[in-house]
Amino acid sequence: MTESLNTEVGPTAAPAPTEPAGDRERSGSLWADARRELFRSPVFLLSTLLVLVVMSWAAVPSLWTDAGSDGGRCELIENNQGPSSEHIFGTTVQGCDMYAHVILCARPSIIIAVFVTLATTLIGVALGILAGFYGGWLDSIVSRITDVFLGLPFILGALVFLSLLGSQSIWTVSLVLIALSWPPITRIMRGSVIAVKGLDYVEAARALGASNASIVFRHILPNSIAPVIVLATLYLGGFVSAEATLTFLGVGLQIPEISWGITIAQGQSLAVAGYPHLLVFPCAALILTVLAFILMGDAMRDALDPRGR
Amino acid sequence: MGRYIARRLLQFVPVLFGTMFLLHYMQSLSVQINGNPVRALFGDRQPPPETLAAITRAFSLDDPCLNQTGNPCVGLFVDRIINYSQGDFGIDFNERAITALIADAAPITIRLTLIAVLFEAVVGILAGVLAGIRKDGVTDNLIRITTTLVISVPVFVLGVLVQILSGVYIGVWLEDNGAPEWLSAMFSVSYQADHPWASLVIPGVVLGAFSLGFIARLTRTSLIETLRADYVRTARAKGLGRRRVVGVHALRNSLIPVITYIGIDLGALMGGAIVTEGIFNVPGIGGLVFGAVARGETPIVIAVVTLLTLVFLLASLLVDVLYAVLDPRIRYD
Repeated sequence: MTESLNTEVGPTAAPAPTEPAGDRERSGSLWADARRELFRSPVFLLSTLLVLVVMSWAAVPSLWTDAGSDGGRCELIENNQGPSSEHIFGTTVQGCDMYAHVILCARPSIIIAVFVTLATTLIGVALGILAGFYGGWLDSIVSRITDVFLGLPFILGALVFLSLLGSQSIWTVSLVLIALSWPPITRIMRGSVIAVKGLDYVEAARALGASNASIVFRHILPNSIAPVIVLATLYLGGFVSAEATLTFLGVGLQIPEISWGITIAQGQSLAVAGYPHLLVFPCAALILTVLAFILMGDAMRDALDPRGR
Repeated sequence: MGRYIARRLLQFVPVLFGTMFLLHYMQSLSVQINGNPVRALFGDRQPPPETLAAITRAFSLDDPCLNQTGNPCVGLFVDRIINYSQGDFGIDFNERAITALIADAAPITIRLTLIAVLFEAVVGILAGVLAGIRKDGVTDNLIRITTTLVISVPVFVLGVLVQILSGVYIGVWLEDNGAPEWLSAMFSVSYQADHPWASLVIPGVVLGAFSLGFIARLTRTSLIETLRADYVRTARAKGLGRRRVVGVHALRNSLIPVITYIGIDLGALMGGAIVTEGIFNVPGIGGLVFGAVARGETPIVIAVVTLLTLVFLLASLLVDVLYAVLDPRIRYD
């Protein structure tokens, strides 16, 4: 859980050797092979469909519900009602339609997850290349800072940072998640860059007089980024889960923001009192979202990590 | 290997101080930006200045560097490290020593973690082996689907759902049907001091579930890889039974990464313990943090997290050293 997200998302995935699989008869580049594999994989197709559905909840909720962005019509007097023909998922603690509410909650979660993933990937790839390609004192500094941040268990670190920040919004939650999750990406990118740096084609490019920039961008980056892309996909799910967890603990998004974490926290005590629908539907939406990204990440790992073939 | 261990120990020192400093700097920045946290104690009331000053001094928040935004407060950091090394982790807002609070809570959390680790290791490895020995079989696919599902459920979601299911539905049914007391304690909504182990079983299972998924996958991959190794083929060629080849030859080697994972996983378990203990009302260390966050008592949060981080760092150090002992092939550079 998250947890550490570095621990939540996965054990330190060893940097995959990125040389193209040579034992195939019609073997293209790593990426061509991966693409072919992906489009044949039912898991990937299913997860892509799920991701598209979840993304559309966030991007165009009007496709799914005609309630406006304000959560639709909420009648406090109609709160906690069970599922009926009028409200297929029942109503929330505030008397809003649970179905519309669950759909609308996707937006903040997805915004945080996508933003944090993009930012951590950018930071991680940049620092990983700097440390792995140039080595020397730059590598030492980056690696030691990475170690220090990895020393904080993920959820504990986020909990402390957020409770110290005092103000909690989408941006502070994102900031804290970024601060705690760039180190694993940096470490994996660094390892991957070091593995690729020693390969013959990089030597050949250098012998032909290629500049550092062209070696990095044309040879090293495309051949070393695969494990990072896999991890980033898994991270998307991990961040959705981490945001919900932190919000549930009370240090994440706060009312009047909406989040599955808040809805679940509110439903928790009432569900014990006989309103299970307050819990079941937001939990289902959250699980579906995380599942979609994790399935996609798994399928990508199978396709991009030649060892698994 | 001796050199590797020495290097790893040397690396541990800067990481230890670096992590402590990171926590310290965040705390200082928070005071510098948000102001004196002691004020929050009084809410809307205006405390007498001397009371405020006394409490502020008691938390050593009177250092002038805490008024300069961005100042890393190195002097304060040194004081803090000295205090930590003497076992002084400060006091909470009720002037109880935080070490005493932790000492009360720790046994419960250690029991909870033990249950979680035992559950995730036993069930996880078993599932991983069942899936690994018949790759792509029915059991394998079933276990792969289940583990993916388990990994996709955040700990707190599993916690609240299981709490209702076990506490409300199963628990009530058991009570109505006159089940023994320990059994209904096991399925109760919250922790019961009379049943220190039984009432922690369900929270422990919830806590361990996430890692169980990872352990099962890791065991599976690792076993599949080992079963392809030459020495396994040799063992088979000698005519050894399948049971012996898998159980003795292959499993021992494929469990190395799994053991490492269980060690590293301690960090995730600590985070998870906050969630699980909060949900099931377990008065352990996680429950302490959960409550402190809710009440805004940051000194407790910081002190406990610092202590847990120390435990986590020591555990990862131990795991690394153990790894070198278990797997002599590891590259030591």
